[in-house]
Order: sequence, then structure tokens, then C-alpha cells
Amino acid sequence: MPVNTEKQGATFSLLQPYEVSREAIVEFALATGAKADYHFDAEAATALGYRDVVAPTTFAVIIAQKSEAAYISDPDSGIDFSKVVHGSEQFSFTRPIVAGDSLSAVTHVDGVRAAGSNAMITTRTEITDAAEQPVVSVTSTIVVRGDGE
Amino acid sequence: MSAIDFSTLTIGDTVVESEIPLSRASLVDYAAASGDHNPIHWNERFAREVGLDDVIAHGMLSMAAVIAPVAEWLGDPGAIVDYRTRFSAPVVVPDADTGSPATPTTSLKLTATVGAVDSAVGTARIDISVKSGEADVLSRTQVRISA
Repeated sequence: MPVNTEKQGATFSLLQPYEVSREAIVEFALATGAKADYHFDAEAATALGYRDVVAPTTFAVIIAQKSEAAYISDPDSGIDFSKVVHGSEQFSFTRPIVAGDSLSAVTHVDGVRAAGSNAMITTRTEITDAAEQPVVSVTSTIVVRGDGE
Repeated sequence: MSAIDFSTLTIGDTVVESEIPLSRASLVDYAAASGDHNPIHWNERFAREVGLDDVIAHGMLSMAAVIAPVAEWLGDPGAIVDYRTRFSAPVVVPDADTGSPATPTTSLKLTATVGAVDSAVGTARIDISVKSGEADVLSRTQVRISA
């Protein structure tokens, strides 16, 4: 089944908010070589004006990919995940993520277009906090390779 | 709130240089931390079956590892208002020949330079070149920062 271009404009959401823990921040920081003290030490974070330890820059990808998965794994989307190649990624921040955040996410399918035998898909995931304020917008492009390759 | 004095930034200046070692264990650690368990990042047989030469690093691991030393240089994580990249070539991570799977078998080399600066407004763009071996593995990697 080819990629369903009629999904352009569709939205998909996390079923429940993602609760940001200190443990998840530390694990992500250790796995990505983020050594700044404000990832590990709440006092260092509060000294910079944050409520609690601050997540590494790209931590939001955890939440974005959970939300994108609702679209990508939907059989009606027509996406064969084994043929997906990541094209680009962009984070636009309103503020950093900190421990204790309860984050909701809505993924917008902004573009689905054929490029030869491939399909190029752009998603934009808007991540908001418990007060429904914007935190970070994550834009991702993926290429779904066609059978011609 | 940024620790960076924008008036000291000059276009073209190198502000961060770093080499980041990667091993098979790095990929397993990132899979666990990120929730991205795609087997192309840990199973060699599966990676070859989908047309890759070997297991490759998560593009998002490269993107995360590259911004870490730049964020440390900035001081305040809130100074980063935008971070973007394109994944231009896969980073193949071979298994170590013997011993611990945590033995690095490849690396990322990053050079961050000042691409644009407006010291009156307090904004700047940092451009990051990222190579693994001779290949540019990330392209058009840009960080926009604000005071």
C-alpha cells in the first residue's frame, strides 16, 4: 500500500501527557554526552532560574516521536517503517523542558508528497505544558523509500 | 540570562571544537534513553537486510551529541531558541573486534562557528560542521541563540 497522501492535514495526539522525570533527564543526558550540571543538580538549575533540572536540548524528541508514532503506525497512513529514512529535524523553543513538566503533544501532518518512487512527509509536533502554554515545536521530515529502490 | 557576551562574537570565529567517540554501546544507551528501538541501530543482520552496510547511529543521537558541548559553552540552556539539522549521510558504527562493546569504533567531529550575530538585539546563529571520517554526516546544522 502506497503512502496515503490524503493524510495531509490530519492530526494525531498523545493519549496522555508525558510526565518529565529527573531520572529520564539524567538518562538522556548520560546517553548523549550532555555534561552540564543543570541536567543533574537541581540547585545548579535553580541558580539559572529554572524550577528543577533542565532537559538536554533534544529531549523533546522522546515526546515528539511518541506522538508521531500514532501517525506512522496507523495502517491507514500506508507507511512501511522499515523503509523510513530520517531527513531533517528542527526544534523551535519557547522554553526549555524541566523535570516536573506534564507535556501534551499534537502532531500535525503538514506535508505528504510523492518524489519519484519515494514519499516525503513533514510532521510538526506542538508540545505544550499543563497550563496549555507552548514549550517546543518539533518539525521532522522523513522519506519513505519506494519499491523502485 | 545568557552567559554569552554577544559583543565578543565575530562572524567566522570557531567557538567549540570537539570529537565525540561512538560505540555499539552508545547506540543501545541512546535507544533506551530515547525510546527509539529501531533494530537498524543494534542488529547487524537486520541493518543489512534493509540495505545498509552495517548498524548505523540514530540520526537523533548525532544531533543530540553535537549540541551538548555547544550548550555547555552557552551556559544558559534557555539561550537556545532554535536547533535544526539535515541528516546527509549515515554514521556506520561497526562492532569492536574484541572485548567490550563500549569500545569506540567511530567518532563525530564537530566545529561550531559564528554564522551571524546581532549584538544590538542580542541574537546570533551558530553553524556546526559535523563529520564522521571524511563524510559530512549532518548538514545545514544551525543553532539560533538569544540573550
